[in-house]
Amino acid sequence: MQPISKNLHRRGESWIEKGLAFCAALFVIVIAIITIFIFARGLPILLKVGVADFLFNTDWRPTSNSFGIGTMLVGSLVVTTASLLWAVPLGIMTAIFMAEVAPPRASRWLGALVELLAGIPSVVYGFVGLVLIVPFIRNYLGGNGLSVLAGAIILGIMILPTIINISRDAIRAVPKEYKEGSLALGATHYQSIRRVILPAARSGIITAVVLGMGRAIGETMAVVMVTGNSPIIPAGVLSPVRTMTSNIVLEMGYAAGDHQAALFATGVVLFVFIVILNLVVNMSLKAGAANGRR
Amino acid sequence: MGSEKIRRITSFLILGLLLVGTGIVTGCGSKTTETPTPGQNTPAALSGSLTIAGSTSVQPFSEVLAEEFMAKNKGVQINVQGGGSSVGIEAAVTGAAQIGASSRAVKAEETAKGLTATTIALDGIAVVVNPANTLTGLTTEQVMNIYLGNIKNWNEVGGPDAVITVVTREEGSGTRDAFSEIVLAKKDIIKTAIVQNSTGAVRTTVAGDKNAIGYVSLSSLNQEVKALDINGAAANEANVKAGTYKIQRPFIYVTKGAPSGLAQAFIDYVLSPEGQQLIVEEGAFSIK
Repeated sequence: MQPISKNLHRRGESWIEKGLAFCAALFVIVIAIITIFIFARGLPILLKVGVADFLFNTDWRPTSNSFGIGTMLVGSLVVTTASLLWAVPLGIMTAIFMAEVAPPRASRWLGALVELLAGIPSVVYGFVGLVLIVPFIRNYLGGNGLSVLAGAIILGIMILPTIINISRDAIRAVPKEYKEGSLALGATHYQSIRRVILPAARSGIITAVVLGMGRAIGETMAVVMVTGNSPIIPAGVLSPVRTMTSNIVLEMGYAAGDHQAALFATGVVLFVFIVILNLVVNMSLKAGAANGRR
Repeated sequence: MGSEKIRRITSFLILGLLLVGTGIVTGCGSKTTETPTPGQNTPAALSGSLTIAGSTSVQPFSEVLAEEFMAKNKGVQINVQGGGSSVGIEAAVTGAAQIGASSRAVKAEETAKGLTATTIALDGIAVVVNPANTLTGLTTEQVMNIYLGNIKNWNEVGGPDAVITVVTREEGSGTRDAFSEIVLAKKDIIKTAIVQNSTGAVRTTVAGDKNAIGYVSLSSLNQEVKALDINGAAANEANVKAGTYKIQRPFIYVTKGAPSGLAQAFIDYVLSPEGQQLIVEEGAFSIK
């Protein structure tokens, strides 16, 4: 009796394992199909126009056969950088406060608020930007409000949760002994944070920034709504700008033929961008792990 | 150890098979065309297939009309394709399509090839500004110069001293194509213009900025924005039909010779009160 039931047991186990493997395989297939599809649709036009020309030509008139996403490449970088400029310091400071300074109860409340911020759909951020930030810029700073600045403000708010959460976890993961040792040597709390805890949490904080950057580059809906989308190299923070993601979502509705292919090619460029960012994250994580072991 | 390896190999095989399988399904599944089934409830059962090719602006109208027509005549298969007005007219000449669709007037040298043009609808484009704008009208030339960037300030056209916020639709939009063709003679719109990708977004932008100018299809005007008179003619259906409002275009079906058979039946349906009603619902003006 016993061997049979054991055998049955084992057979059931193996089916479950197969089921799990199937799910994993399905996931891999979905990713593979998407990747293949994007490249199959985007690569031909990229090769036809020439990669360098596609990336650096600043003339985007797809219905007149001029495909250059140079302005959008610059646009994506400018808006992303501008959002990081204010969101990174603010995010890291908040993370330090939550992990080191705030009483546990305040820290929990802040954590809940951060989760809330992370859960708001991007179109809502865009809408808030459109009715609040854009008119504010138009009335008090000049231009028509749809601008790099509006995009940077909205994007910064959107990436704050990513930066805060991951930085906070990284700071909390620093072994307690480091801080205790530092305090025992006579350093103040602030000195310990700055000289001991932050350096020890560095790789985690870098990961937070890079992931925030990835989110900023990939964000679309909110950006389309507040940046004006002119295919130009922005002349200043009040100038309108178009990002790569905006370009795709703006024109995909009616695009056909080479125009549509060029939008897919924009997707290919974005894809490569994000892959590179992920590699950077993995490298910084590995470096962090090596640091920890040392 | 050995079984581990085998299991790994089989899972890869399964993965590969699935990949190929999905490729077949997605790649080849879409090409099948329905074989026409004989009509059951129509007395003079129409059957056969009809191809309409041409203007992408007319395409959504053709699709809706074709769908309704096919629902009424089960034996009929209508294929609606894009390509552009010139392609549509050429297709009608060569016979590649029984009906060519055009969203511009058919030229004399084209009608000389034995084409019959039937206007099925009219489309107008309204030039809109913020309701707070004191201006009531512009000429087509002024609108052109604003969109080409030659006029940058409202005071150059009799308005207040304020920089104009030019708002346009995205490349590929039918409304933009029509506007560009009718008003701008296909010249490039100033690059600093704000780009919005829907009629609603253009209206919202113009409604939010008192110095903005934009354009939307006449049928989707609302109280959010103010439509300007063009060359002294108010932007309304009556003026479009009378031809006094200039920013308009016809939707035309062209056939080689007089329409006959299935093409004639379809065009008759499009011109019927029911067909015209569908056109109005889809956002253009009826020809009646």
